[in-house]
Amino acid sequence: MNKTMPPEFYKLMEDIQAVDFVLVELSLYLDTHPDDYEAVQQFNYYVKQSKELKKQYEKQFGPLKEYGASYSTYPWSWDDVPWPWQI
Amino acid sequence: MWYYEKKLEYPVKVSTCNPTLAKYLIEQYGGADGELSAALRYLNQRYSIPDKVIGLLTDIGTEEFAHLEMIATMVYKLTKDATPEMMKEAGLAPHYANHDNALFYHNAAGNPWTATYIQAKGDPIADLYEDIAAEEKARATYQWIINLSDDSDLNDGLKFLREREVVHSQRFREAVEILKEEKDKQIYF
Amino acid sequence: MHTEYKYWYPYISPLDPCPPIKVKSYNTPPNLYLGFQPPSLPQFQPREALFHGTLWPALFSPYPNGREDEVTNE
Repeated sequence: MNKTMPPEFYKLMEDIQAVDFVLVELSLYLDTHPDDYEAVQQFNYYVKQSKELKKQYEKQFGPLKEYGASYSTYPWSWDDVPWPWQI
Repeated sequence: MWYYEKKLEYPVKVSTCNPTLAKYLIEQYGGADGELSAALRYLNQRYSIPDKVIGLLTDIGTEEFAHLEMIATMVYKLTKDATPEMMKEAGLAPHYANHDNALFYHNAAGNPWTATYIQAKGDPIADLYEDIAAEEKARATYQWIINLSDDSDLNDGLKFLREREVVHSQRFREAVEILKEEKDKQIYF
Repeated sequence: MHTEYKYWYPYISPLDPCPPIKVKSYNTPPNLYLGFQPPSLPQFQPREALFHGTLWPALFSPYPNGREDEVTNE
């Protein structure tokens, strides 16, 4: 029972990594520049993008986050492979 | 509290089965200037630092755990399915004797991780200066590992991690300026 | 613009056993020069940012890069 992830999985994962990386960078920037209005707007723009991409990902490949931060599939698929280091 | 997300911060790739590189890389897993030290150092300093910089320490400390997972991924890929014979050739026989191919929090020389790698002085300037130094030391460590490695996919991930040290150092330097509270007078130059 | 490397010429003794490295270098990344980051600096696009490890070109520090090109070995 060997499962191989399709190319769309890698593509979508990388799209999410790119958008989430911008959010990491803007978070650290805003921690020292809390009054930068333009950066806050940009942050919220990418929050929306990230949510949309993750909704699309989770529909195809299952939950990204634990403890109820993502909706569950039936049956429960949180423990399905691959884990991030196995990809 | 923290939520785990089932993704890496960066798409880590490794092109060779190469336990020798894993032996060097473990420095950034359980070494003095490694990612475990970094995460624990920053998250622990939060409780006694002025409120203005707690957010930064929280965010950078959390990102360090994402980096720890990237290093673990690299080590895992470099040693996955490596035979005892290959481990031996890489000088990892002593590691194998104790741990098989399991990861362990020690440095490249095999010394186990210790809390003495991190400080918490309670003085905000002393603590932030330590953080800046830690980022520069981690940057240098990544440089030395990249110099030793001939796996270009692995180096791609290592260059990402090195660049993150540069950005973290930048933010800690800004945090010092914020605590100096003379921001408008001289810092834009 | 600052340079990513600085160079120095260490003392060489006729009694040194290893063949001498005449010029040594050390890395001086952009965080040493930027000061408090000014607002509205130019940015990379998300995917470019990910692969550079930073959102801002002003903070990007290439490695390894620029060592040999910048120095003349006499």
